[in-house]
Amino acid sequence: MFAFAKPALATPADRLIAAARWRWYETAFWLGTLLVLFAFPGYLQLASQIAIVGLFALSLDLLMGYAGIISLGHAAFFGFGAYVAGIIAKYGWGEPLSGMVIAGLSAGLLGLIVSPIITRLHGIALLMVTMGLCVLLFEAANRAVWLTGGDDGLQGVEIWPIFGTFTFDLLGRTAYLYALIVLFLMFLVARRIVHSPFGLSLQAMRDNPRRAPAIGTDMGERVRIVYTISAAMAGVAGALIAQTTQFVALEVLSFQRSAEIMIILILGGTGRLFGGLIGAAVFMIARDQLATSYPQYWYLGIGALLVAVVMFARGGVMGGFDRLVRWWRARAGAGR
Amino acid sequence: MSDVILATEGLSLSFGALAVTQDVNYGLPKGARYALIGPNGAGKTTLINLLTGVFAPAAGRILLSGEDITKLAPHERVKRGIARTFQINTLFGQLTPLQAVTLAICERRGHGARWLASLRTHKDAVEEAYALLELLNLASSAERTTVELAYGRQRLLEIALALAMKPKVLLLDEPAAGVPVGESGELFDVISNLPGDIAILFIEHDMNLVFKFAKRITVMVSGRIIVEGSPREIAADPQVREVYLGRGHHHG
Repeated sequence: MFAFAKPALATPADRLIAAARWRWYETAFWLGTLLVLFAFPGYLQLASQIAIVGLFALSLDLLMGYAGIISLGHAAFFGFGAYVAGIIAKYGWGEPLSGMVIAGLSAGLLGLIVSPIITRLHGIALLMVTMGLCVLLFEAANRAVWLTGGDDGLQGVEIWPIFGTFTFDLLGRTAYLYALIVLFLMFLVARRIVHSPFGLSLQAMRDNPRRAPAIGTDMGERVRIVYTISAAMAGVAGALIAQTTQFVALEVLSFQRSAEIMIILILGGTGRLFGGLIGAAVFMIARDQLATSYPQYWYLGIGALLVAVVMFARGGVMGGFDRLVRWWRARAGAGR
Repeated sequence: MSDVILATEGLSLSFGALAVTQDVNYGLPKGARYALIGPNGAGKTTLINLLTGVFAPAAGRILLSGEDITKLAPHERVKRGIARTFQINTLFGQLTPLQAVTLAICERRGHGARWLASLRTHKDAVEEAYALLELLNLASSAERTTVELAYGRQRLLEIALALAMKPKVLLLDEPAAGVPVGESGELFDVISNLPGDIAILFIEHDMNLVFKFAKRITVMVSGRIIVEGSPREIAADPQVREVYLGRGHHHG
């Protein structure tokens, strides 16, 4: 869908109704992700990791960027999805698509069960509870060695070919395409959500939780829905990591995972959908490069990157990009 | 009065030892243009917070069209037709007025939780929102983010959000507060042109506005209603004169 010729949109109402239409840069972005297959065939494993982490960041963006619900334990759902997908595959059902759906639904169910607690909390208490849930799951997975392999990770995960045809190859071509397609579909869902009345109500809650009930918004209900969706999406991302690496490390439930995904989202820019994807790409490429060049000091480089973004590009990479575009337009306008 | 739409019976609330609402019996008839005045700290905004469900009363009942709504959550009261504006602008900073009013209309229709249908399928809600903004002279600001709007425009948006609920009862908490004199004319026009069938109660410090629009005025002091009457009666009432003139240091 190339919509270069702009249709005449007469009123602000028309423009808001059309706000959800597909843009040319979105087409360009997704075509670019396909280009990776040919341009960087040696980096497909990294690319599929980026797609998966990007999906995880997207799930957090719905929660944090749009609904304003801060979660410092989102790895709980990511890791839960990973273990569900891994365990199903280990014990005899290696079909990836159904495995992923089951993992996503399980993580969503976990989110739904937790969400009534979330609706009542704000600020520090919310951080503590979300973090606590993640720590609990981590410990549970660590102890239940018979089921999860504990500290050694879940081994013996065997994933069947997709549709019985596409085997997960060593180069990571199948894995990348699989992760990319799932990410794309989830992106479409997130996009729909953001442009729906529900999406507006999330942003209203984020901007002013006191006012939202005064226009009739049932905040408890909205938090339950968005939390469930976000948890399910994180679970799908977890399932992808389990299936594409055919292994589940205990680290999927770690606090570091939770913190890192928040950093990635802030780095890319919250509340913009693409922010999480860009953040994942920047973060993981930087880490990959730094880890090769300076294996001992790579975290220093990540730290410097973060400080630079926070100081010079408020709103993350996407925020900086926004300002650049605005500046360019203003300049072009002045030149005329 | 038989056509009372919103009523309170023996409504009371205390914050610790401070009785902020004391045995308030009040009735708002259909199409009312009533004002609530009183010195700062008299409990006017608290009364609105009780009526809208922000606070739960310690005693007493609130009736909407004869039905007890004392136990309902704020968003449920909104659905039944009680809308309010806030004394200090409490808007949705990052949304545009058009998005905010569209959301309010979707909520009124019970579509606020629909997450898989973009606004394209809620076209009529967007169009209704834009028509409302046009009516309130906000069309030119429809696409700016709310934080960018001038204060007076934000006050209008407060009213637009409340009207989007198609309320039966509208509670205006100091609608003109903080609006520069130059911008207040537009606001006054909007308030005087509000649909006649809505029962309106407003709290206001600006006595010009009160005596211009109110058909009936209630005076509250220390959480208690001390007198009710027509603007003429209130202006002549010795008790009111004492509150407003005799103890001038109480309000500011």
